[in-house]
Amino acid sequence: MTRVEALLAGVWDFVVGDDWRTALGIVLALALTALLADAAIAAWWVMPPAVVGLLALSIRRAARQGSRRA
Amino acid sequence: MSGAELGLAISVFLACAVEAVEALTIVLAVGATRSWSSAMSGVGVATLTLAAIVAALGPALTALPIDVLRVLVGGLLLIFGLQWLRKAILRAAGLKAKHDELQAFTEEAQAARAAGERRPGFDGYAFTISFKGVLLEGLEVVFIVLTFGANQHRVPLAAAAAGLAVILVIAAGAAARAPLARVPENTLKFAVGVMLSSFGMFWGAEGAGASWPGGDAALLAIIPGVLLAAVAMAWTVRRALDAAPARDVAVASVKPGEEAKVRA
Repeated sequence: MTRVEALLAGVWDFVVGDDWRTALGIVLALALTALLADAAIAAWWVMPPAVVGLLALSIRRAARQGSRRA
Repeated sequence: MSGAELGLAISVFLACAVEAVEALTIVLAVGATRSWSSAMSGVGVATLTLAAIVAALGPALTALPIDVLRVLVGGLLLIFGLQWLRKAILRAAGLKAKHDELQAFTEEAQAARAAGERRPGFDGYAFTISFKGVLLEGLEVVFIVLTFGANQHRVPLAAAAAGLAVILVIAAGAAARAPLARVPENTLKFAVGVMLSSFGMFWGAEGAGASWPGGDAALLAIIPGVLLAAVAMAWTVRRALDAAPARDVAVASVKPGEEAKVRA
């Protein structure tokens, strides 16, 4: 691994951590918010359920991984 | 000071206090076991490095257009905050070991003793471990200072809140002359995760073009909402684990330093 690759991997691990699906979900939710806002449709309601749902799914995955690891 | 600025100051203060407690444990361990002067040199160089990062990136971030800044920084803050919150929920539920400063101190001190005999003068081991400890713990604080501060155009306020937390933790550590094991780290991390996620959600949506009902006052609903959801998740997972047959679950008794283990 080159230094640049190691740096990028470090930044990825620092910001995204061990659950990339949550990060991807946040990006998609923000994109949907932008699309709705661009179409002059109220968009504030997208993020709260998206955030809570993504967090719940992430916790569920972690709990299941704990079960499988043993 | 506006509500958002108060939220900024509290979030940065709490995040910095938690990270400073962890860094203090590392510095105390190598200082007491190897060399105080070398350990403190490591602390000094790491602190200067962190300050330089804030000084370099702060103005660059605040120069971005506000909508770009908010969607970019809000999104990053949200992703980062959800990491904190996820770990805090898993710890509160018993699925992840809680951080134990006394155990961390013992392990760090054992490693320092095992690192070879100490020679008089500058001790490279103590310097390096202190430097790395403070730098790595501090980077998370720098990230929070920069994202919160840049969004509010109040990087100096965020840096001041961080500095105050460091001073208080150092003073408490000096008074106790021991790791600050009684600081409720998981509770603080839970609170920080809630604040980062809430502000990240608020700014991210605003940057993407959404308008929150009530403007900044929406935070008064968002923060308690995220807190309630997180507490409910921790409670639900904990309850599910408690309800499982005793032979199936050994999560509640996870020892510090170990990941959760659930027996089949």
